[in-house]
Amino acid sequence: MPKIKLPTKSPRIDMTPMVDLFSVVLIFLMLTTTMRQPEPATVDTPFSISEKPTPDFNMMTFLISNDGKVFMNFDNGPDTLLQYRPKILQDMGNRYGIEFTPEELRTFEKYKSSLGVPIMQMKEFLNAKNSKARDELQVGIPLDSADNQLGMWILYARQENPNIQACLKGDAKAEFSVVKKVLDILQERNVNRFNLITSLEAAKINLEEIQQ
Amino acid sequence: MAEIIQEEKGKDGKKKTKKHPPHIDMTPMVDLMCLLIVFFMLTTAFNKAKIMEIVLPEKLKDPNQEAPKISASRTQNIILGPENKIFYYPGTVKEENFDNLPPLRETDFSATGVRQILLGWNRTLFKKIDDFNQQVIKGEIVISQDSVQGAIRKLKNDDDTGPIVLIKAYKEANYGNFVDILDEMNICGVAHYMFVDIAWYEDDMVEAAAGISSTAESSSN
Repeated sequence: MPKIKLPTKSPRIDMTPMVDLFSVVLIFLMLTTTMRQPEPATVDTPFSISEKPTPDFNMMTFLISNDGKVFMNFDNGPDTLLQYRPKILQDMGNRYGIEFTPEELRTFEKYKSSLGVPIMQMKEFLNAKNSKARDELQVGIPLDSADNQLGMWILYARQENPNIQACLKGDAKAEFSVVKKVLDILQERNVNRFNLITSLEAAKINLEEIQQ
Repeated sequence: MAEIIQEEKGKDGKKKTKKHPPHIDMTPMVDLMCLLIVFFMLTTAFNKAKIMEIVLPEKLKDPNQEAPKISASRTQNIILGPENKIFYYPGTVKEENFDNLPPLRETDFSATGVRQILLGWNRTLFKKIDDFNQQVIKGEIVISQDSVQGAIRKLKNDDDTGPIVLIKAYKEANYGNFVDILDEMNICGVAHYMFVDIAWYEDDMVEAAAGISSTAESSSN
């Protein structure tokens, strides 16, 4: 009996529905995404049971890295409503006798990540060509009593935006003495309410356990 | 996967592609989209970070101003020590007792450690809050979702039996400990807790308890 020979044809999968599906997923992701901003230092936040989400604006974030450097950021990026970021820098410039050009102010306004640059190097930082040169200048904001630039940043930030809230984003391994210093500086400026940025972790207690 | 378009030579030697319905190869497009999707998924911050609020007591600007008095019988002191240890002692240390400091007891951050101690101190209030929550869940108390938190806050404010916990940090504590202990306060529903500066005699007590030798002599003074 002669075998029925099927015409050999290279198997071909129609990719069109797959493309359709991927397009939908891609568009969804593009619309919902909020880019994770690269921070100058990696910070593993501690866990808590708090479920309050971080506010989107009116906040100044202090980033405390593992090795005790302090960075700060206003509103976490350029999406601020009040556009007060350049004003703060201008005030800082006036205080320390540094004149910032409009271009530099714009760079500062648009700069997404946290800053840890002493004000003396700020001009160099803003004019730096690439991010590698910038990273080298990120040495942390000076906060000792002789040169308390962090206190000044807080002062001007609160002058430009009285509703600003303080958020603290510390690494779980950061030394508490550094955190205490930041808290003290904030308290000197009459900021007594803080928000600690944490990751969510569930905790459950059995009442029976304690009723023993 | 890519298709190879077979070519045939025509009579006049001209290259002529075989006629077939126009078909666009989607494979590179799929590849590209896969890459983009993976990229977006990795960069998307799906769960936003949470915040925990804390209010610190105002600094006393005037040196003559006295710190607010609290009942010593309800006071519990928690000191965050080095190496994730927690030390605690009840009451306050009076000036005449500086030679005879109360012993510190040690615990840790596990669920059987500090949490049991806090729950032990705070049992009445915790039970009250828990009963209230149970009643809301069972529908015995009809209350809107928004006012549940307010009602719990009121229970906490009215509480006058639970401990007043003073949290202090030894200089070698880390930030994670600080957040953890505040978190434990929230978990255990402690109504009154406050973060305060550590006193010098408490430094000594921690050093004596943790066996830090370099400054151990100062504690005997």
